[in-house]
Amino acid sequence: MSNDPTALTAASSAALVKSGELDASDLFEAWLGRAELDTFGALSWIAQAGESPEQVDGPLGGVPLAVKDLFCTEGVPSQSGSKILEGYKPPYTASVVEALAKSGAPLLCKTHQDEFAMGSSNENCAFGPVLNPWDKSRVPGGSSGGSAVAVAAGLAPWALGTDTGGSIRQPAALCGIVGLKPTYGSVSRYGMIAFASSLDQAGPLTQDVTDAALLFSQMIARDPRDATSVGHQESIHLPDRRDLTGVRLGVPEELSGDGIEPGVRATFEETLERARELGAEVVPCPLPHAPHALSAYYLIAPAECSSNLARFDGVRYGQRVDPGDGLDAMYSATRAAGFGPEVRRRIMLGTYALSSGYYDAYYGRAQRVRTLIQRDFDEAFANCDAIVTPTSSSVAFPLGSRTADPLSMYLSDFCTVPMSLAGIPAISIPNGMSEGLPTGFQIAGPAFAENSILGIAHALESSIQFDRSGARV
Amino acid sequence: MTDWEAVIGLEIHVQLATQTKMFCSCSPVFGDDPNTHTCPVCLGLPGALPVANAQAVHLGLMIGLALGCSLASQSVFHRKNYFYADSPKGYQISQFDQPLCGPGNLAGVRIHRVHLEDDAAKLIHASESGRIAGADSSTVDFNRAGTPLAEIVTEPDLHSAAQAREWLALLRTTLRTLGVSDVSMDEGSLRCDANISLRRVGDQTLGTKTELKNMNSFRFVERGIEAEIIRQRELLDSGQTVTQETLHFDPRSGSLTTLRSKEEAHDYRYFPEPDLLPVEVTEAMIASARDALPELPIERAARYVSELQIDDVLAERLAGDAELAEFFDAVVEAADKSIEARVLATWVSDDAAGRAGDDGLLASKLEPAALAELVALVDDGSITTAAGRTVLDQLFEVGGSPAAIVSDQGLGKVDGGDELEAAVDAAIAAEPEAAEKVRAGEQKALGPLVGVVMKHTSGRADGGEVRKLLLERLGS
Repeated sequence: MSNDPTALTAASSAALVKSGELDASDLFEAWLGRAELDTFGALSWIAQAGESPEQVDGPLGGVPLAVKDLFCTEGVPSQSGSKILEGYKPPYTASVVEALAKSGAPLLCKTHQDEFAMGSSNENCAFGPVLNPWDKSRVPGGSSGGSAVAVAAGLAPWALGTDTGGSIRQPAALCGIVGLKPTYGSVSRYGMIAFASSLDQAGPLTQDVTDAALLFSQMIARDPRDATSVGHQESIHLPDRRDLTGVRLGVPEELSGDGIEPGVRATFEETLERARELGAEVVPCPLPHAPHALSAYYLIAPAECSSNLARFDGVRYGQRVDPGDGLDAMYSATRAAGFGPEVRRRIMLGTYALSSGYYDAYYGRAQRVRTLIQRDFDEAFANCDAIVTPTSSSVAFPLGSRTADPLSMYLSDFCTVPMSLAGIPAISIPNGMSEGLPTGFQIAGPAFAENSILGIAHALESSIQFDRSGARV
Repeated sequence: MTDWEAVIGLEIHVQLATQTKMFCSCSPVFGDDPNTHTCPVCLGLPGALPVANAQAVHLGLMIGLALGCSLASQSVFHRKNYFYADSPKGYQISQFDQPLCGPGNLAGVRIHRVHLEDDAAKLIHASESGRIAGADSSTVDFNRAGTPLAEIVTEPDLHSAAQAREWLALLRTTLRTLGVSDVSMDEGSLRCDANISLRRVGDQTLGTKTELKNMNSFRFVERGIEAEIIRQRELLDSGQTVTQETLHFDPRSGSLTTLRSKEEAHDYRYFPEPDLLPVEVTEAMIASARDALPELPIERAARYVSELQIDDVLAERLAGDAELAEFFDAVVEAADKSIEARVLATWVSDDAAGRAGDDGLLASKLEPAALAELVALVDDGSITTAAGRTVLDQLFEVGGSPAAIVSDQGLGKVDGGDELEAAVDAAIAAEPEAAEKVRAGEQKALGPLVGVVMKHTSGRADGGEVRKLLLERLGS
């Protein structure tokens, strides 16, 4: 065994703490030391040295947690990547962060993100971009880029992110780690600074599939403070699957053909071949409405955000800019100064889409497309156990290469958005390298089929043996 | 001159008397120190989420049943988006196209809908009038933010300011009887807006309407609507048109000022609240609301007429005031069954309620059983009606037993005897001219003589007996 506990996966460390071979306080201090090595702009806040939290005898074994900026943490800055909340310290802690701390994963650090989770490159963060540890000239993906980098670079053992249209899966893919977007409703949203309420869902970003299952197993709960939370239909167990005998994997041509970079396409095909070798049957599985998912998503998410972000008005908290010319002037000045360009763009898109006379043509229609996409998945899962696609159509792209063209940035989420609209679970695992950068493989299942997709992911992971050491500092 | 008909519809906001606010667990309390009943949810803090209050839904269903409304099987909360300092989330959560209760009817006025929503915070403007105009600064009290509201919307079935006031009073009594709200216009737990338009008598189409906002007393509702009807009539009579706008009635000056014009109307960008699931109204929820319904004012009035043989007007007057009706029911309960209910009703409605004034009967020392006993004393001739009223004054101020008051203060009826004869002699001596006229056969002249006797006996004498004695003495 290595003397450095930070070289272990979270689950391995937790096991050592529980068997008494490792002291949880030492583990916390060791990870604090790792967090100090952040040269990627990934972390927005780090716990004080020597103040390791009270030890909790829980299933997570005291293995500390990196948490995305947008989770409210009492007395700790929770800014959602925005200048309008710079330095804002909430008076309460998000339900899921509280639950994980009780299960033995105390708060180690908080991580940068795209402002209000709007972005796919982490370049929309008001506090500077986050750099990809595989290549610092590249983006880490977004919006949970800071969380992905913290895990990939070994600054934290595991991390909490949120996924609205791909914000866990895409950065996980671009950083060579595992990211799970759970079934909508399985994890409480209480205390998550909202982007798009009907899509936001918290999930784990981890070194491997086992860590994802372990962290997720302690996140699921019906929360009386979140009316949309339903908990989970089954408890989550640690996956041990090593073969795929009897598993039918569906490949939607719509999400794996045109528009996928050749290098990404190549690792995807390799993984499909590997799946067949492990016993899986690979079948075509049409999702005819999936190509319209992005269009629907970019109406629904902005519409909800235009309303969710109305509370940032400078009256009760956060930044206030008051030209002294009445309430409306204060609102305008505060929001113009506090929100970045992408957030302003989406607020305007959403405001327009909800306007009287346009509602049916835009928001109403987008919701109907969403229903059709959900129906596509229902029909698809009648013929297969899971649907697989590349997670991202490309590897990590150079900083600044897509910022001038919002549409090309939006296309980054082409493969992940349909599952978000359907509310179903999907996991991304690293499945190879292209141009010296990791690629991601997405496995999606029916609602509440997390155990199933974690099992499939575990079998593939065991076979792929992805080497993530290239990102570790 | 054209004959105009006023067409009035009301929108009434009622704060529901729930244990907790509409979407969080803070208690909705009126009058406490500012910002002492708040939490992340009702302050609209980042990350906070609403959870709908089941008790508010229950009370909403009770209102719907009492107003004869159809009840939705599914009701959906929407977000009504607008920016204002009293709106912590930047939107109000309100039911839009699927309200909890659909069409209904109360006393011939059709109800359009009843829906649930959350109240805004209270703005306190630092100006002499308390209004924003001229204020140097404004502060926000979030205690009220998130208080559950039921909004009751009528069809335009009212046609005068007085009728609107009268109907609003019936609605208020109905809501008070239901126990769903404090219904205090003073404290803002009952608020009324009115939509007003005029049309030519006989016309079927509606004229252009204006909306009169937030009139905070019954008197102002009547005065405000009256003022707006006059304003519109003058415009139309002089060939001008009414402009659609929202108005404020200033009760001090009696003037109407524009709050906003049609062009300034908000686009609220309604959309279904994604943080809440639709409310599924089950048969069990409806049954539970129905079980909780007390006897309603209209039902009570009908019972007074049919079972107690009280006339319509008096029955409605009693039943139309929940507190008075409850007091009356208690008097009937306590009274000897030989006393007719309508006699008791007159005592309660005219004598007792007349003394109670604005504070209401419950604020006095008068007990229903004491009033029942008092009426019995009058009814069996132990005391005169006039003496009874004197006793009632005492019961109001200090309470106690009517019989004791009668005996302590010697209010028992003067039954013939020396005392009455002496009083009659004294009266004849005091009013010789009247006595002379009576002797001459002019019976009308008895009046002043009877008056003097009554004065001497403090009203304890029976009028008929006094007249008889006087006539005997004066030999006519």
